[in-house]
Amino acid sequence: MQPKGDTLLTQPHVGLFVTCLVDLFRPNIGFSAVELLEKAGCQVTVPPAQTCCGQPAYNSGDRANTRAIAEQVIEAFEKFDYVVAPSGSCAAMLKKHYPELFAGDAQWEERTTNFAAKVFELVSFLSDVMFFQEIDVTFQGRVTYHDSCSGLRELGIARQPRKLLQQVEGLELKEMENPDVCCGFGGTFCVKYSDISNAIVEKKTATIEAAEVDMLLAGDLGCLMNMAGKLQREGKTTKVRHVAEVLAGRLDGPAIGEGK
Amino acid sequence: MKITTPEFKSNAVEALKNQTLQKALSHVEEGFIDKRQMAADALPEFETLRDNARDIKNHTLSHLDLYLEAYEEKVIESGGHVHWAQTAEDARNIVLDICRKVGAKTVTKGKSMISEEIGINDFLEGEGIEPIETDLGEYIIQLRNEAPSHIIAPAVHVLKEQVEEDFRATHTHLPEDRNLEEPETLLDEARTVLRQKFLDADVGITGANFLIAETGTSIIVTNEGNGDLTQTLPKVHIVLASLEKITPTLEDVSQILRVLARSATGQDMSVYTTFSTGPRRESDVDGPEEYHVVLLDNGRTNMVGTEFQDMLRCIRCGACMNHCPVYHAVGGHAYGWVYPGPMGAVLTPSLTGVDKGGQLPNASTFCGRCEAVCPMRIPLPKMMRHWREREFERNLNPTAQRFGLKFWAWFAKRPRLYGLGAKIAMRGLAIMAGSKGRLSFMPLGRGWTKYRDMPAPEGKTFQQMWAEKQVGKT
Repeated sequence: MQPKGDTLLTQPHVGLFVTCLVDLFRPNIGFSAVELLEKAGCQVTVPPAQTCCGQPAYNSGDRANTRAIAEQVIEAFEKFDYVVAPSGSCAAMLKKHYPELFAGDAQWEERTTNFAAKVFELVSFLSDVMFFQEIDVTFQGRVTYHDSCSGLRELGIARQPRKLLQQVEGLELKEMENPDVCCGFGGTFCVKYSDISNAIVEKKTATIEAAEVDMLLAGDLGCLMNMAGKLQREGKTTKVRHVAEVLAGRLDGPAIGEGK
Repeated sequence: MKITTPEFKSNAVEALKNQTLQKALSHVEEGFIDKRQMAADALPEFETLRDNARDIKNHTLSHLDLYLEAYEEKVIESGGHVHWAQTAEDARNIVLDICRKVGAKTVTKGKSMISEEIGINDFLEGEGIEPIETDLGEYIIQLRNEAPSHIIAPAVHVLKEQVEEDFRATHTHLPEDRNLEEPETLLDEARTVLRQKFLDADVGITGANFLIAETGTSIIVTNEGNGDLTQTLPKVHIVLASLEKITPTLEDVSQILRVLARSATGQDMSVYTTFSTGPRRESDVDGPEEYHVVLLDNGRTNMVGTEFQDMLRCIRCGACMNHCPVYHAVGGHAYGWVYPGPMGAVLTPSLTGVDKGGQLPNASTFCGRCEAVCPMRIPLPKMMRHWREREFERNLNPTAQRFGLKFWAWFAKRPRLYGLGAKIAMRGLAIMAGSKGRLSFMPLGRGWTKYRDMPAPEGKTFQQMWAEKQVGKT
């Protein structure tokens, strides 16, 4: 097999960080990630000793629990060539915030830096590291892509998902207005400040509706659940899916929040 | 000024219900974002300038004492006075003393956030001295007896029609049938009314965008020219500035000026950039007889050397709030004190205490748009998180939230038990949702389901399905 893209490894061993939301709510995204990674030439392992990246604690100011969770993640994943997560938010936590958390820690700093260098968000990993091209799925319909905040601003993910989506046969990508504006999810923010969160997501669903698309896509399940839940409460019929589900062609089951 | 920051949540709910405010807020989104982007795109070195601006301020903050002393020396050399004010009260008393000495009856004011921070208007009024705001936005909110809702556009929450009403109610000496429908006619009227006040004032108070250590100069940037009239016509000019406004040299300032207006309003430069060094000299054709600088600390030196030091780089351009989804939703008054938006969410707890200001750093989605546009590259979300940490350390966040977090973390640290619990919980949720695929009500989840449905889980967890698949493989 030919070495691919950025990596000199013929078959890099990827540890899949499933993310808690995908694990709990939408395994289909996890399986889509596995399929895409395998198609791109990776060997995929899913360590059982994973729960969450620690963001709920981290963003609530609880550094002690965050550290404990981070140590657990690093221990479970540092042996892989790459660590890949189907979420910009969780990947940014592992890649950008773990090093901040352990900065100046004699025991953990270097270990964390080495770990962080291996971490990638799924779509950007496929595109930038594996130079993945072989999208052989079809999708008949018009979609729009929402840039989730962490992926966009902490990891620079914007061009990669669009590039891969444009290779899906039959798919028409139509940009909504301000795709880079927050959907109002913000983790615990959406329940702590539900009134404000609602005002923000209302603006988002209005721009989604104005784009006149069949489906809304994004790379983060938290944002997707927020937007899907709002669209459905408003009685809108736009379907909502994770970008990996479309790229992997795993579209048989119901879309997010859709009835069986 | 009464601090209503602890009531941020209810302030926000009121703001969301206020249709007039919501209409006015839509102008923030329309007015600032594209203009900033165009200005930034048009300048190839914009990103480099941001780096330089950050480095200049970082350097200054690490030698704050030296530059402040050098600045004081230069101000004195040029015939001016420097007054060190540790607290807001100190600053108010210093201003009052200066006003009393010249028997001031009226004081004109250029736009100054420090004057809001120390509440100088109410104070002077209580002492029988009339303060007159001369910036159009500030003038409007003074008539309305309101606080600014934005640091560079203080009346951004007010609609044109409301200004017309206010002017008609206040300027009763003008003909009733005058036309006030256009912004220009409103501006003309304010200008006419203010002209005589400029001439009559005994003291002029301005803020400062920068203080220059090299020359002892204070700088204001304005678009209306009111600042110039405020500081040159009266006998006495008082500059109200917080001490982190200090910048080493003119060269340094000229770099930061290049990112300031571009970030704020999308202008290359503000219309007026006014440099003031000391009082009028014999050869000068105009200028004040006395030049005073009140240097306010009010908690800022406590931030030096802490994880909040970066906040002192802020040059008050307002880009963070212009790009903030929370600010767009609720406007500036909901924040409950002087500084709104992301910069206010960091500064308010720094200056008033986290027990009062703690709501603000929590009310963020951490979308990071503020940091992405901050010309000084201030890591605003990171500092909001630091405030959450301080709050958590001091057990200041709500008990239910702490309990929930503890409960969750206990499981998150125990993958096997977590997996088991997740399996049961997700199965339960899936059963509750039935074939509908979503829940419109969820136990303990009203914060979510009040406004949106909850997408139901597939049923089994990924880990569960993955484990089953692995068994099948072998």
